[in-house]
Amino acid sequence: MALQAAVKGKLISVIGDEDTCVGFLLGGIGEINKNRHPNFMVVDKNTPVSEIEDCFKRFVKRDDIDIILINQNIAEMIRHVIDAHNLPVPSILEIPSKDHPYDASKDSILRRAKGMFNPDDLVR
Amino acid sequence: MSGKDRLAIFPSRGAQMLMKSRLAGAQKGHGLLKKKADALQVRFRLILSKIIETKTLMGEVMKEAAFSLAEAKFTTGDFNQVVLQNVTKAQIKIRSKKDNVAGVTLPIFESYQDGSDTYELAGLARGGQQLSKLKKNFQSAVKLLVELASLQTSFVTLDEVIKITNRRVNAIEHVIIPRLERTLAYIISELDELEREEFYRLKKIQDKKKIIKDKAEAAKQAMLGAGRDVGDIANLLDEGDEDLLF
Repeated sequence: MALQAAVKGKLISVIGDEDTCVGFLLGGIGEINKNRHPNFMVVDKNTPVSEIEDCFKRFVKRDDIDIILINQNIAEMIRHVIDAHNLPVPSILEIPSKDHPYDASKDSILRRAKGMFNPDDLVR
Repeated sequence: MSGKDRLAIFPSRGAQMLMKSRLAGAQKGHGLLKKKADALQVRFRLILSKIIETKTLMGEVMKEAAFSLAEAKFTTGDFNQVVLQNVTKAQIKIRSKKDNVAGVTLPIFESYQDGSDTYELAGLARGGQQLSKLKKNFQSAVKLLVELASLQTSFVTLDEVIKITNRRVNAIEHVIIPRLERTLAYIISELDELEREEFYRLKKIQDKKKIIKDKAEAAKQAMLGAGRDVGDIANLLDEGDEDLLF
């Protein structure tokens, strides 16, 4: 598997609102594989939570994805699924979306870190 | 609980040697694991402070990127659907390398350009400058996020490994070493007991012998007193061989 990883570049996938997705796609991370499965998911306010969950799980299962970017407000919706994911790869990054500013206290990684250190001490 | 919790082993010199070497081994292992845990902890703190730094930076970069998206939309008009439908191949991909910290492999992600820009012609009609700025902004955001992802992955991996290492250190310190020490103490006390027993037995035998000898002497004297010379009569059973005493 390590050999394969060295040979083949992995993808970044995005779950986010339309603007976030469009931005990152323009940045050049979008890919549609042979089975016409995209590596991004556009979430709007009508998207049911179960669909986001399924999509997230599908991305986690795909072995060509190394990083999953997810808008923080969407991450909040499927928090239990994200918290259940504790493998190092793919790594999940919560990013701020256009209309939701970044809240460090909600980030699953920083929340884990808070138990050990005081984040305020580390920001100088 | 203490005193009872020891290894089930027969108290002998051999077992004592075995326990001693095991205790030495456990202490050595404890020291090494402690060092490993410290090394990991140092790295962990470093990564954590970097993560927090990068997260704050990410907020800024994302804000800028979102703003440039709005700018581009203002000049170009809505191009969301065009972009979403025209996805083919990823331009930015990730390579992963391995970094080694005290025997723990940490994946390091690295982004690289692969293939040409799919949206080369986007914004050809108008707003091209805004669009290229937007692309650049998002590309730098991606770079930052990839960096953050590798930090985060290292964080998760290290967190796990530190927990395991600390668990081992504590297990050795509070369970294995005390148990070995108790076993060793038990063996030593048991061996001492045996030695005392042996010593007492030897003393007892000597006493018994002395009593028998005195009795024989007394009997002899009595015989002599009665006018019978028994000095030269050799005992048939006593052939004069030495007692075997170890």
